[in-house]
Amino acid sequence: MQEYTLADAYEVSARDYATAGDASAAIKRKLKQLGVDSAVLRRIAVSSYEAELNMIIHSLGGTLSMTMTPSEIRLLSADIGPGIPDIEQALQEGFSTAGEEARNLGFGAGMGLPNMKRNADEFNIQSEVGKGTQIRMLFHL
Amino acid sequence: MKISELATLLDATIVTKNSASDTEISCGYACDLLSWVLAHGQKGMAWTTVQTHVNVVAVAVLMEMACVILAEGNHLEPASLAKAEEEGLAVLETEMTAYDICGRMAAAGVAPSAR
Repeated sequence: MQEYTLADAYEVSARDYATAGDASAAIKRKLKQLGVDSAVLRRIAVSSYEAELNMIIHSLGGTLSMTMTPSEIRLLSADIGPGIPDIEQALQEGFSTAGEEARNLGFGAGMGLPNMKRNADEFNIQSEVGKGTQIRMLFHL
Repeated sequence: MKISELATLLDATIVTKNSASDTEISCGYACDLLSWVLAHGQKGMAWTTVQTHVNVVAVAVLMEMACVILAEGNHLEPASLAKAEEEGLAVLETEMTAYDICGRMAAAGVAPSAR
């Protein structure tokens, strides 16, 4: 098979609930056109949407990137802060620091990071308070 | 069951103009927490909620759901309606509660979502 790499990046703005999901929808549309298996596509869609929403709800803004090779798809969510003080706690299902605005919209169930972890074949999160958070997810094709 | 038959069953109005009302529903579900819906949503699902904002449409489209049912007389926000029509997602509005909606759907043989 011919080697190739497809790369895409989408800016995500803090608190921009009106366009929330646009980046994930664009990624999903593109991968669907490329014939990615629907079960894998669903896991990527959930993970990218949760990552995108986390940046909108919690961060000061960031970027959602996707790279695809013949054997795998990688998602990278990288934001510019404020960072997560206790990652172990943030990974617990049901734990959320989402504010009232997010909760009123039905977010803040404390399912975001667990949903990403559950759906990705590999999940890695790194965060530094005051610097930002990077979440790397890998999906085998 | 088709979306049009579901609308009749629930005394609901299909408020989206260009959605396909003959789409088959695979299962039913009710929840207002979007992350929860992302964890349990399925293709072809008929999802009942009282949320009316545009992120409801985003979640339903990502999950390739058949339709969204707004309970208790809630109406889609104008931006949400425009987005739903753009995406071809059917949205139903009814005066019934989520409890009554699920009761009628279950009695009519609509399957629960797989866990």
